[in-house]
Amino acid sequence: MTSLLNPSRPPVFCPGCSHERSLHVLDRAFQDLELGAEDVVIVSDIGCSGLFDVFFRTHAFHGLHGRALTYAAGIKMARPHLKVVVTMGDGGLGIGGAHLLAACRRNMDLTLLVLNNFNFGMTGGQFSCTTPPTARVGSAFLNELEHPMDVCRVAAAAGAPFVVRRSVFSTDLKEKLREALLYPGFALVDVWGGCPGRYMKKNPLSPKDLERQVAEAGLWDGPVEENVREEFRTSYAARLGHGEPPLDWQGIEPFYEASLVEPCGVVLLGAAGERVISAGALLAETALRGGLHATQKNEYNITVMRGPSITEVLLSPRPIDFTGIEHPGVIAALAPEGVARRKDLFEAATEGTLLLRAADVAVPESRARRRDVDFKGAGIGRKDRALASLVLIGQATGIFSVEQLGQTLRQTVPEKLHPAMEEVFRKAAALEAT
Amino acid sequence: MGRILIDGNEAVVRGALYAGCRFFAGYPITPASSILSGMLEALPPAGGMVMQGEDEIASIGYCLGASMAGLKAMTATSGPGISLYSENISFAIGSEIPLMIVNVMRQGPSTGAATRGADGDVHFMRWGNSGGLPVIVLAPTSAPDCFTLTVHAFNLAERFRCPVFVVSNKEIGMTRETVDLDRLERPPVIDRAIHREGAFLPFAAQGPDGVPPFLPLGGSVPVRQTSSMHGPDGYITTDPHQIQALVERLTNKVEAHVDEFSFYDLDAQADARTLLVTYGVTARAARTAVSRLRAQGTPVSLLVLKTLWPVPERVIRRAARHADRILVVEMNLGQLVHEIRRVLCAQQVDFFGLMCGRLIRPSEIVQEVCRD
Ligand code: SF4
Repeated sequence: MTSLLNPSRPPVFCPGCSHERSLHVLDRAFQDLELGAEDVVIVSDIGCSGLFDVFFRTHAFHGLHGRALTYAAGIKMARPHLKVVVTMGDGGLGIGGAHLLAACRRNMDLTLLVLNNFNFGMTGGQFSCTTPPTARVGSAFLNELEHPMDVCRVAAAAGAPFVVRRSVFSTDLKEKLREALLYPGFALVDVWGGCPGRYMKKNPLSPKDLERQVAEAGLWDGPVEENVREEFRTSYAARLGHGEPPLDWQGIEPFYEASLVEPCGVVLLGAAGERVISAGALLAETALRGGLHATQKNEYNITVMRGPSITEVLLSPRPIDFTGIEHPGVIAALAPEGVARRKDLFEAATEGTLLLRAADVAVPESRARRRDVDFKGAGIGRKDRALASLVLIGQATGIFSVEQLGQTLRQTVPEKLHPAMEEVFRKAAALEAT
Repeated sequence: MGRILIDGNEAVVRGALYAGCRFFAGYPITPASSILSGMLEALPPAGGMVMQGEDEIASIGYCLGASMAGLKAMTATSGPGISLYSENISFAIGSEIPLMIVNVMRQGPSTGAATRGADGDVHFMRWGNSGGLPVIVLAPTSAPDCFTLTVHAFNLAERFRCPVFVVSNKEIGMTRETVDLDRLERPPVIDRAIHREGAFLPFAAQGPDGVPPFLPLGGSVPVRQTSSMHGPDGYITTDPHQIQALVERLTNKVEAHVDEFSFYDLDAQADARTLLVTYGVTARAARTAVSRLRAQGTPVSLLVLKTLWPVPERVIRRAARHADRILVVEMNLGQLVHEIRRVLCAQQVDFFGLMCGRLIRPSEIVQEVCRD
C-alpha cells in the first residue's frame, strides 16, 4: 500500500489545521483501496482546501472558486474510470451553490469532501455560509444576521444518494471516506474541522466541542435511501450511440427554373399560431428548387403563442449579400399584429411593391399596389392564410407556379400533412380565379 | 452536390462535428440556443457528449474539464453568457486549455434585446479576461463562413492550446440561406500535439512562442492543471522570471503567428481612394454598397476581416496602402475602429455605426462613402 501524498510538496497548512488531518485520512483511504496515482484526480478550488491537489501526486486540477464540481463533471464524463475527488471549503460551497445542487440532482460518480471550518481562512476569517450566528468572525456582525446552511440536509433534499457528516476527529472518518470513494454515485462528506489560523482565535473549538456540534447537527452515515438511483454517466453511456445522427447535408438540385430577374423580398406579416414561419420556409425551399438563392429570417415575441409572427424571405437569381429588405417586393398583410410591428415596411414600399391585404386587416398608407384578399370568404382559416398567400404570390409574380409549390411541399413536408395543405392551395387558386 | 438552406448556427454545429468535437456544454440563451439543440441531436448518437449546464459558469467549466481530459470541446452562448464565462476564459488562457467558444451576439447592453443582432462584444471578448492576455476571435459573415471558421477555430484552439471564439450575430446565426455545397471550404483537421517522450512537465514549451505538448488528465502519467500562476512543472510560482516568461509566451504563441490565420476578403479596386473596412453581417451590406458605388462610378475597395483578434495588422496595412480615407463600418458605436486607427495612425480613419437592432443598410454605407 503506497501513499499518494506528494513527496516533493509536503503539506504547509498552519500548525493544528484540520485540513492536514483530513489530508492524511484521505490518503489512507486511497491506500486501503490500493489506488495508484494515475487512478485519481483531485479537483480543488480556491482557499486553503484548494491546496489539496498539490499535496497529492495524482492527477490534479485546481480551478476557480466554487467551480470544482463543474470541472470534475467534465473530467468524469470524458474519463469514467477515473476516481474523481473534489475538495472544497465552506467558501467554495457557498459561491458554488448552484453546482452543488446540480451535482446532487445529477448523481454523477464524484466524491465531494466539504472541508468545513466555518469561515474563509485564507482571506482573513470572514463569515461563510456555514458560520454560526454566535461566532465572532472577520465580517463584523454580518454572520449574526444570517442562518448557517446545513450542507447535508441541502444535499439530501437536492437528491444526493450518499451523505456523510463527521468531525475531522471521528475514528471512522477513514472508513466513511472509503465508502464514499467506493459509492457508485455522487457522495458528499461534510467534514467539520477547526481553523486555528483564523476562526479558532476567537472561537475556541476543542475536538470534543466539534464532536458535540456534529452530533447536534446530526450524523449522516452514507446512503440516503430515497435518493438511491442509477449513476448519471452510466445512464448517459447507455444512450450514447443510439438514435440516428442527422444525415449529411444533402444538396438539392433544382427541378424547375424560377422566373426571376431582380431580387425580390417577400414579407409575411401574421400572428402567432398562423404557421407564418413554416410558410416562409416553404417559400424559400420552393425558390431553392427553382435554382434561386434565398434567405429567410423570422421575428416573433418571446412568448411564442401570442403577438406578431413575421417571416422575411429574400429571393434572388444571384448570391445574396445584404439579407435585409430595403424595398419589399411583396408584403402580405395577414394579421394586425404583424402589420403593427412592421410599419417601416409600408414606408419603404414602392410602386413596384405588391401588397396582399387580408380583407379584415387594416394597413397604413403606402405606395404599394394593393390587392385585397377575402380569405374568410374562400373558406381559408387564419392558420392557413400564410400558406394560401404563397399561391397568390406565385401567381402574381410569376416566380413559381402552384404546381411547383405543390411539388416542393411534397418533398419537404411530412406526408400526412399533404392533403390539408393541398386543399388550401386549391382554395387559394380558386380565389385568384374569381 | 447542389444547394441547401441552413442558418449559421446549424453550420457551426456541422463544422464542430467535422472538426472532431466530442464534448459540448451550454446553457440556453437566444440567439445561441439552436447550437445546443443541434449538438444534442448530432453528438450523442455519434458517441459524443452534450451537457446542459445549470448556468453558463458550469457549462464552460464542464468543457474545461472535458478538454483537459483530452476531448475537443465547444460551448456556445451570447453576450450575457460571455460575462459569466469570463473568469473561466481567463483560466483557459492562462492554463492553456483548448476550447472553442461560439458567441452569437445580440444587442446589449445587458439583457438588451435577445432577438436583435449587434456586434457589441468585440472588445469584450478580447479584454474581458483578468490579465488581459490575447485570445483568437474569428468572425463569419455567412452560414458557409460559420462552417469553415468553426473548423479553423477548433484547429487553432488545438494548435495553440487556448480559447478561440467564433463570433457571429443573431443575423447570421438565425438567418437561413442557400449554401452551395460544392463551394464550401473544408479545411483539414488539426489535433493537439501530444507529449511523446521524456519526463513530462505540463507547461514546458519550446521557445518564447511555443505551445506545451499535451497529456490528458486520466492517462497513465499524472497531469497537473492549475488556474494559479505556475511554472513549467504546473506548481505555483512567485518567481518573477518564470512568471514574465509565461505571460510573454502566452502572448507570443498567439500574436506572433497571426499571419498564419489572418482570414479576410479583400476586394480592391485599382483607382479607389476609399477603403471600407468591416466584418460580420455588416460585410454583406458593404458588398452590396460596393457594387452600387462602382455601378455609379465611385471607385471603392473593401476589406472584410474574418480574423478580428489578434488584429491582422499586416493585412490592414497592405489593404490601406493606397487609400486616402478609410471608413470603418460596425454594428456598434465604434469598437474595431480603435484598432484600425492604431494600426493606420497616419491615415484618415472615419467611422459609421448603428446599434439599434436592425442591419446597417447598403444605402447608408453608400451615403457615408459619398459624404467625403
Ligand atoms: S488559515 Fe485556517 S484553514 Fe487555512 S491553513 Fe491556516 S488553519 Fe488551515
